[in-house]
Amino acid sequence: MALNRAFTVEREHAALDGLRLAPASRGALFLGKALANLAFVLLIEAVTVPLSVLFFELPVTTAGWGLPLILVLAAVGFVAVGTLLSAMAVRTRFGELMLPVLLFPFLVPPLTAAAESTARLLSGRPLSEVVGWLRFLAVYDLVFVTLGLLLFGAVIDE
Amino acid sequence: MTDDIARARTLLRIGGVVTLLALLGGAGVYLLALRYTPVEASQGLAQKIFYLHVPAAWGALVAFSLCGLASAAYLLLNEPRVDRFAASSAEVGLAFAAVMLTTGPIWGKPIWGTWWDWDPRLTLTLLLFFLFLGYGALRGALHDPRERARFSAVVGIMALVLVPFIHLSVYLYRTIHPMPIVLRPDGPTLPIEMLRTLLVSVAVFTLLYLGLVTMRYALGLAQDHAEANAGGTDA
Repeated sequence: MALNRAFTVEREHAALDGLRLAPASRGALFLGKALANLAFVLLIEAVTVPLSVLFFELPVTTAGWGLPLILVLAAVGFVAVGTLLSAMAVRTRFGELMLPVLLFPFLVPPLTAAAESTARLLSGRPLSEVVGWLRFLAVYDLVFVTLGLLLFGAVIDE
Repeated sequence: MTDDIARARTLLRIGGVVTLLALLGGAGVYLLALRYTPVEASQGLAQKIFYLHVPAAWGALVAFSLCGLASAAYLLLNEPRVDRFAASSAEVGLAFAAVMLTTGPIWGKPIWGTWWDWDPRLTLTLLLFFLFLGYGALRGALHDPRERARFSAVVGIMALVLVPFIHLSVYLYRTIHPMPIVLRPDGPTLPIEMLRTLLVSVAVFTLLYLGLVTMRYALGLAQDHAEANAGGTDA
């Protein structure tokens, strides 16, 4: 459990840096920005996950395909919300502080889902046991990507 | 423009009267709670906080939901009054949530033996509280009124959408991880005196919400007026 927390938090920090660096250029499309952020987050995951597996000696071979699926699903939701919020945060006075403040409540549900299901899979439970969490992550992604598409105009239009 | 000031004054007066009535009602609720309702058998007098805690939770829920709905309405209508209402509702909701989060642990200490527990319901409330603190912080960090209105409307809508997810995640958490959680006695098993007092208190808190929102709205109106005027002299 604690091990999973460690690398999800690590992932979060790295991604926050990425989002902060993302410029809020007017007229940039939500999907474009979100995809760029997603690529960045997945890149970070591609580095940190093998390292965590190596150093914490996580039994990934028994976890199977569920693990990458969780990583991607969690990243999509995180990026959808993060992109929308960072586009606003960078235009406030305390942008650097504003983003984590706004983002935190939105991260708790997907982070809980990802951490819980990862912990289950790593302790050798079957994939069927975490289907509820996976579905939860998928719905979260769907809803917030849709919301991002709908609301991004209100964020970047003058 | 001076119309705005006159309207703000009138609204402030109306809101003040309603708030005062609600506060008197609150005193009445406590008389009812202490005199009329029976003392709960296992919890004793600690249970009396129920008549403050639950209605405050109700008030916070109403306030946050209305803020979310008003946010969606703002993006459709582009009407500054709707934005002002959303901001007022969020702020009053924070006050109610603060009451709920304060009275909860005060009750929890003697009954659960602990001030705080990461129980799903508690976690949900705390996250909601953070969410609207962020909403308030965002409003404070933006100068342009129209940008402020649009950004906070986006966050208001996102908050409204997030609530079911938080709820679901804590629910899933519990069903997968069954934990012994001390829950308070359920509503339906309530003696009729307690239920009546609770309903009176809910009505009083709803009145308090209306009074406070009206006052906060009036202040927002005056503030916008002042900002618009200050901008005028600058230009």
